[in-house]
Amino acid sequence: MDRLNKDNLHKIEFILNGKEEVGYAEPRMLLTDFLRHEIGATGTHVGCEHGVCGACTLLVDSQPVRSCLMLAVQIRGKTVQTIEGLANPDGSFGRLQEAFHQNFALQCGYCTPGMLMTLKALEESGVEITEESVRNALSGNICRCTGYTEIVRAALAAFGKDSKAAAKV
Amino acid sequence: MKPSAFDYISVDTFAEAASVLGEYGDSARVIAGGQSLMAMMNMRLTQPAVLVDIAGIKDGKSIEIRDGSLHIGAGVTQAHLGTWPQLSQTCPLLALAIPHIGHIQTRSRGTVCGSLCHADPSSELPLVLATLQGEVRLLSTRGERTLSADDFQIGMLVTRKQSDEVLVEARFPVAKPGQRYGFEEVSRRHGDFAIVSLACMVDGDTISLGVGGVADRPTVKRWRGLVKSDLDAVLNEFAWELGGYEDIHATARYRRELVRRLGRKLVMETAQWTA
Repeated sequence: MDRLNKDNLHKIEFILNGKEEVGYAEPRMLLTDFLRHEIGATGTHVGCEHGVCGACTLLVDSQPVRSCLMLAVQIRGKTVQTIEGLANPDGSFGRLQEAFHQNFALQCGYCTPGMLMTLKALEESGVEITEESVRNALSGNICRCTGYTEIVRAALAAFGKDSKAAAKV
Repeated sequence: MKPSAFDYISVDTFAEAASVLGEYGDSARVIAGGQSLMAMMNMRLTQPAVLVDIAGIKDGKSIEIRDGSLHIGAGVTQAHLGTWPQLSQTCPLLALAIPHIGHIQTRSRGTVCGSLCHADPSSELPLVLATLQGEVRLLSTRGERTLSADDFQIGMLVTRKQSDEVLVEARFPVAKPGQRYGFEEVSRRHGDFAIVSLACMVDGDTISLGVGGVADRPTVKRWRGLVKSDLDAVLNEFAWELGGYEDIHATARYRRELVRRLGRKLVMETAQWTA
């Protein structure tokens, strides 16, 4: 049994995008706020804060999760992947990001980190990539600008499933 | 939209969880996946003084077939059960229902047993438990007890689980040869809360139809020897019995109509009746 007092800051050791990180948080601190305010990883966006919009989606131990519905203290010893880990080591766009760029899959861009992390999770899950599986996965992410068509096209292009769109990448 | 302050206790066994709950009672809440609880805490609809995290209990992660039932531990996530290779043979109704629960991003943390404890009248797992006449096992420092779905699920967001009890496992009867299953749901968008959800089981000449989202809890009717010509009449009667409620998404009348129309479609398909 492990008891963390509400008034104290507790040590949170975890792996963020392949690197060991340490931060401190009260039990009530949400994972989103911890990453943004304590660690300084502001790529994860905060939308509705009750698990509906998907903007804060990231991967914990390779599973896609809503980081607004998780506590910082729950990631102790776990592996977290965020949008900051999607770019290539030289800083250029990764495959998914490049496909979004080429296919006009974002306008204001607020939902984009969540969209990209959901697609990253879909890729890692081993589920067959089809328009249906992409739409199904993205149904948990709300975009108020694009109407989703470009996002689905970008995803299929990134995964090499749409020859017409893929040619643009 | 931030939770109020609480002490966080992560437990290693169900006995530890029961002892913490025995000590704090009403002021403590159990968290497993937290996909309903965290949202309620963020909105301050609930403000526990102590949060008891049971996700680390190793015994809670098991999915087992024993004594004719599928035993699902309190730590098993909806994603884990949904991708369990034997699910569609063992419990086809669960396999049909799970893709309708939220989204992949919530199923990865949300647990089967947590959904049963939350007892939202429109959610899928309580409906499946009621339709299949499953059971739940509860533990407290006073002892252990097993409740049937009907005894456990008593109203909107209310169960018979006492504040010092932790739900240890849910049991769903394993499908028998010859039984047929169907599941249907209407929601505004994929993954939204269901306006009406329906689960059907056909076993010989007995047809069971469970309805979620209309009454304050999942409600099941069982008809023996029902013939096709009586289907509309019994569904109409069922719809009026359920009553239905009105909210921003649908009127009570619309909900009753879905029971009649979608109920007819589902029973016809599951019983393999032709129009």
